[in-house]
Amino acid sequence: MAEPVVSVSNLRFAWMPGNEVLDISDFQLRAGERLFLRGASGSGKSTLLGIIAGVLEADSGEVIVLGQDLATLKPAVRDRLRADHLGVIFQMFNLVPYLSVIGNVTLPLRFSPKRRAAISGSEDDEARRLLSRLGLTDETLLARRVSDLSVGQQQRVAAARALIGGPEIVIADEPTSALDADARDQFIDLLSEEARRTGAALLFVSHDAGLATHFDRAVDLGEINRAGVSA
Amino acid sequence: MSAILSLAWQSLMNRKGSVLLTLLAVALSVALFLGVDKARTGAREGFGNTISGTELIVGAPTGSVNLLLYSVFRMGSATAEISWPTYQEIATRPDIDWAVPISLGDSHRGFRVMGTTPEYFDRYKFGRNQDLVIAQGEPFDDLFDAVIGADVARELGYSINSPMVLSHGLGQADFGSSHENRPFRVVGILAPTGTPVDQTVHVSLEAITAIHVGWETGAKNPLADSISEETVRSFDLTPKTVTAILVGLKRKGTILTTRREINTNKGEPLMAIIPSQALAELWSVTAIAERALLAVSIFVIAVGVVSILTSILTSLNERRREMSILRAVGARRSHIFTLLVLEAGLVGLLGALLGVLLIHVLLAVIGPLVSAHYGISLIGTGPGLIDLYTLLAVTGAALVAGAIPAWMAFRRSLADGLSLRL
Repeated sequence: MAEPVVSVSNLRFAWMPGNEVLDISDFQLRAGERLFLRGASGSGKSTLLGIIAGVLEADSGEVIVLGQDLATLKPAVRDRLRADHLGVIFQMFNLVPYLSVIGNVTLPLRFSPKRRAAISGSEDDEARRLLSRLGLTDETLLARRVSDLSVGQQQRVAAARALIGGPEIVIADEPTSALDADARDQFIDLLSEEARRTGAALLFVSHDAGLATHFDRAVDLGEINRAGVSA
Repeated sequence: MSAILSLAWQSLMNRKGSVLLTLLAVALSVALFLGVDKARTGAREGFGNTISGTELIVGAPTGSVNLLLYSVFRMGSATAEISWPTYQEIATRPDIDWAVPISLGDSHRGFRVMGTTPEYFDRYKFGRNQDLVIAQGEPFDDLFDAVIGADVARELGYSINSPMVLSHGLGQADFGSSHENRPFRVVGILAPTGTPVDQTVHVSLEAITAIHVGWETGAKNPLADSISEETVRSFDLTPKTVTAILVGLKRKGTILTTRREINTNKGEPLMAIIPSQALAELWSVTAIAERALLAVSIFVIAVGVVSILTSILTSLNERRREMSILRAVGARRSHIFTLLVLEAGLVGLLGALLGVLLIHVLLAVIGPLVSAHYGISLIGTGPGLIDLYTLLAVTGAALVAGAIPAWMAFRRSLADGLSLRL
């Protein structure tokens, strides 16, 4: 069995004291696996992703990402860890409105010399290559303002951004909830295929249990989270 | 850092409309401040440049600023004159090197006419002891000769030998108040000086007396025109009065003593002033208004900087999403802080640059107008250290102001976590 890239144990988190959102004794994401994490809205999914990404700090417990215990790292080091090893896709509004399509895809490279170094050719060419793998080849499309793209197109640009520079972990937080069924299945297939190709572990979060069939393994947040608050 | 700077720039470009308005607010406030400061120093330098080499100016008792203004700057008019014998007394004092009388009160098509002696052209100096230069022609010699300043020649299109008719008083020539029966002839044109000399028509003292033959009551005698030029030339044209006397001393050290002795003159009451001192007195009066204006314009700059702050603060809410995206792709919180501070700084810097540009274009346009109107060239209003300091100060203030929204975004990015919960 592959090494875990994310390992969570005895994690507790509360936005406000006494109002616990997360209480997880054990959760793991292994290298290269594609994991489906199901959770109802308000179940603390986004909070858990925030903690794994090192943007939020757990109140107690251990969160180990790529062998590093996040609790022992300074905020700036956690930010560097995220920049170098994590790709993130949100539910919607994934793109920076004032950057071009290509500018959005190459954005992580501005913050990570490591991911920049992982690219052999030019950054823009790599962005185009990733976009074309995700089905965005039309040059006129790439020249448009990102706000003029359809939601499905925006999500693919976000996927390209998460994948550029080959991060070990890709986190997707309800990336398909704004898509219709066809676009959704197509998006998931493209994303998992690209993740497989780059060897990234994919942590895909959704409330829709029906999507679980697309993945290697499925975990229900409601089962592993003892806090069970619907905040 | 450069990655963040280019982000800041692209973000500003994305909000061109509102950014441009803020930029304009900053630019106008900077232009106002620099304008006030440059007008102040420019006018001081310009006035200070107008007369040099003259140690004392003697006139009838009045305010010292007033005497200076009408004798040198041709502003306002004399309330009283000095008698000719008194002039002779002054001129023959042993401590005096030279004394040039001037007589004012007439005009030619809006330009003031000054009666004086040919010595004036040698004694009057401006700027750093620069001499008056007769660019064309020569000093007046005949009774009805005139030497005109550069502006007079340019604006009225006069050249050597052009005839000219003087008018009584300082208004434009109107019916019945002109000296049309005593026409003058241009014999000399002075090189430009950037002082009121450029706007003056110089004639001899005798000419002033001559054109007033028949005007002894202050209005034109109906018989005045019947007196022929030949008859006038045969009169004793020694002036009865002069308006003021420019004085040079043998030894500078006696200036205070000489002034006191003239001021306490036993015969006709007199007043002697030191030009630079009278100017200083003038500036001490205007300084209060200047300081008030400067204070107001500094507040206007503050308003400009606050408008930068406002525009960033109001954009902050709609940019929350953008901030969490940046965080997600690896931006540190300090990057978010830097981004917003840089945006504010860029607006401040560009606004101030625009303001500096604006005021210099404006000065290039109005400088000649001021000079044409008052005969005073604004000096030292070109790009200078004050522009640089203002630029730096405004940029610095904008950076500091930007720290407020930057700090708010910094704090917020912690609370928002990875994804903004909508």
